[in-house]
Amino acid sequence: MAVRVQSEDFDLGAELEALRAGRTDIGALVSFSGLVRDDTGDLKVLELEHYPGMTESALTEIEVEAHKRWELNATLIVHRFGPLKPGEQIMMVAAASPHRKAAFEAADFLMDFLKSRAPFWKKETGVDGAEWVDAKDTDEDALKRW
Amino acid sequence: MKLDVVYFAWVRERIGVPRETVETDALSVGDLVAELCAREDRYDLAFSDLSVVRVAVDQTLSDFDAPLKGVRELAFFPPMTGG
Repeated sequence: MAVRVQSEDFDLGAELEALRAGRTDIGALVSFSGLVRDDTGDLKVLELEHYPGMTESALTEIEVEAHKRWELNATLIVHRFGPLKPGEQIMMVAAASPHRKAAFEAADFLMDFLKSRAPFWKKETGVDGAEWVDAKDTDEDALKRW
Repeated sequence: MKLDVVYFAWVRERIGVPRETVETDALSVGDLVAELCAREDRYDLAFSDLSVVRVAVDQTLSDFDAPLKGVRELAFFPPMTGG
C-alpha cells in the first residue's frame, strides 16, 4: 500500500515495474491513469488544489478499505497537484492481485472513492477565463455501487 | 474558544483568505457558519448555499451538525473533484 501526492510528473511504466519487482505472487496488475482532457481546444491550464494532510489520510483510508474487500498483493495511488497542461498525467492507481477480477474491481473502487472522497479541486483556465470544475451527481451515485 | 479555519477552492476565493483563526462560542459547525455569516458579507457569499459546501473536522469529512468542542481545525470546501 502506498500513497503519493506530488506536483511532479510520474512514469507509469516505472511505477508498475517497481510495484511488481521481485515478486512472484502477483497474477494480475490493473492500472488506471487520468489525463488532462481538453474538449474544446480552449483549455490552457488545469490547476489542482488539495488539502495537505487530509489528502494523504483520505487516500490511505480508501486503500485500506480496498484491501479489506479484495485479496490484493499491493496497491498504489499517485496524485498530482498544481498547474497541469492538456495531455499531462493527473493521477494513477494500480491494484495487484493473484486474480484478474479482484484487481479490476479494486482499481475501479479506488477511482470511484478517490473522485469524491479525496480533497482535490480542479480549476480550468481557458481563453475566456477561469472556472472551478463542478462535482457530478454521477460521481456521488457511483459510490452506491459498492 | 479559538479555532483554525481553512478554506479551499471557490470557498477560499469568496472568503478571501486560505486560513484564519476564529474566536467563537458556537457549539456546532452550523452555529459557527450562522455566526460568521452575521459578521461579514464575505461569509454570506461563501455559505449562501450549504448544499454545495462540505465540512472537514480535524481533517475528517463531517457535517454541519458536528460539535465544535475539542476541535482544532475546521475546513470548508466545495464537493471534491479528484481523479
